[in-house]
Amino acid sequence: MIASLRTNWIILKTSVEERLVYRGDFVFATLIRFLPIVTQIFLWGAIYGIHTSSPVKSIKSYSYHEMVAYYLLVMVGRAFSSMPGLANGIANDVRDGTIKKYLIQPIDMLGYLFWARMAHKLVYYLVALGPFILVFYLCRHYFEGWPDAFTITAWILSLMMAFLVGFLIESLIGLIAFWFLEVSSLIFIYMMLNYFLSGHMIPLDLFPEPLSSWMQMLPFKYLAYFPGTVILGKYSHQELIFELSIEVVWIVILFSLNRIAFHRGIRRYSAFGG
Amino acid sequence: MNAIVVKNLEKTYKVYQKKEGVFASLKGLWRRDHKTVHAVSDVSFSIGQGEIVAFLGPNGAGKTTTLKLLSGLIFPSAGEATVLGYVPWKRENEYRRRFSLVMGQKNQLWWDLPAQESFRLHKEIYRIDPQQYTRRLDELTSLLEVRHLIGQPVRELSLGERMRMELIAALLHKPDVLLLDEPTIGLDVVSQRRVQEFLKYYQVEQKTTVVLTSHYMKDVEALCKRAIIINQGRIKHDGPLSDILDRFSNYKIMDVQFDGDDMPRDFSQWGEVIECEAPHVKLKVPRNKIPEILTNLLSRYRILDVGVQERPLEEVIAEVFTEQKNEAAHSQNEKDMLHSTTD
Repeated sequence: MIASLRTNWIILKTSVEERLVYRGDFVFATLIRFLPIVTQIFLWGAIYGIHTSSPVKSIKSYSYHEMVAYYLLVMVGRAFSSMPGLANGIANDVRDGTIKKYLIQPIDMLGYLFWARMAHKLVYYLVALGPFILVFYLCRHYFEGWPDAFTITAWILSLMMAFLVGFLIESLIGLIAFWFLEVSSLIFIYMMLNYFLSGHMIPLDLFPEPLSSWMQMLPFKYLAYFPGTVILGKYSHQELIFELSIEVVWIVILFSLNRIAFHRGIRRYSAFGG
Repeated sequence: MNAIVVKNLEKTYKVYQKKEGVFASLKGLWRRDHKTVHAVSDVSFSIGQGEIVAFLGPNGAGKTTTLKLLSGLIFPSAGEATVLGYVPWKRENEYRRRFSLVMGQKNQLWWDLPAQESFRLHKEIYRIDPQQYTRRLDELTSLLEVRHLIGQPVRELSLGERMRMELIAALLHKPDVLLLDEPTIGLDVVSQRRVQEFLKYYQVEQKTTVVLTSHYMKDVEALCKRAIIINQGRIKHDGPLSDILDRFSNYKIMDVQFDGDDMPRDFSQWGEVIECEAPHVKLKVPRNKIPEILTNLLSRYRILDVGVQERPLEEVIAEVFTEQKNEAAHSQNEKDMLHSTTD
């Protein structure tokens, strides 16, 4: 137990070091990610007509300020849940045989990738924390004060679980490479679906019924929509507990699916490829 | 005691046969022709603890497939194998801590980081005792003469240096069984020799069981006493390296130096001329005729010097492969017609 914790710690540390090798590229990529939020602010300003004589008061319970706040919070949520290159990385490892390394060494591939990803995220937060604080400070007038401690705790939990849900969904897609070697078009489809199913494009409750309710039954909303709306006070305390519990159930389901897919995939790989 | 025991091991693959052309590709979307490939058929052998054995065979002979089976990367279609008492494809962690597979064309090291970071990770993955780790790293880096390079990012190392780092990574946990797949591929002569010398020294010192595949007969001659020749997935020879010459080479090379111009015009009755630069001639002669030819030559001509040598191992083995390939090509063609299946 302690030995495996140590191993994970070293994986984490080594991955952080690796991440810092190309620091210039990394810092630049991190900063450029703040650009879309500026366009969102202008776009929604135009939709609400804030510079006209009769601005729209609200769209489906979202005021203009809430809408901008939603996008800012979604940005935070996605900082936890987005996993650039994870599915592709797994698929490439399967295709070019790098996966052998994980089968020969006494190490669990998914665990290894998890800690490596954790390292990537930690380095990302380190670089992005300053810019995030600056952006939120500049945009502070879009928020209506601080929510209560319970909501903030729920929000932090929702972010951590967004990381888990994001990791598990992407790795599951990557594992499909055991059956179909070429998964890049599949990953593209997933990214497109994810864009609106997670609430990254617009809040899920802006979609018409029953589409909106259906979308909220899927795990994707935990990637952006849920962590985005917690702080906006869209949930009562009881609803928060309920939502977080459902999220835990999703994590258990996705985790099991990953294990099954990995196990079957390796069996198939060992039988056909290698 | 045997470290590796393999009994009637078989591995067949189904390979998708893609036909040429766009139309055939479209057809392939819903109907695919498959061909069964027997990568390894009915292979049996055992290797003693501390033995070092070469696996020889042309490309696609089944050498790598056998190594993959022994390292547990693939399941066999039939047969059994145990390595150190473990069934490799069960992939128990205890087994994985006791062997290493080095593939000359794959790397295990982190590309952008110095090798020492990868080594440290291995220390944790393989649970190597810290003191032992320091001692072994010290020993291995000085033996392979790369101590000054372990702090340099792997991507900046030359191929030879990188291969030596790969070897260190594979040996840090002191594996009891070492599987080497083309460990010197692409290396220059100096690096090749350094890797050979190291492996030889290391193997004697540590009594590690080593299975090695290589295309360089120099590697094999330097390291192994025993060789298993595998071709078309079957074992063609298993025994001392020196037996290969006795068994497969019916010829020897004979060097004759005549005194002046007094020499035969035509050598065809004795053997095949390899080189002729009067008064010196090099002949390929049947093994069993050597005494006869010598007597004959000595009685008729004045001869200054005679030498009889074995043919280079490399050449003999290449000949064995081509012969078998030609034989097999015939029977395989017939088999293909019968075996080609459609799903």
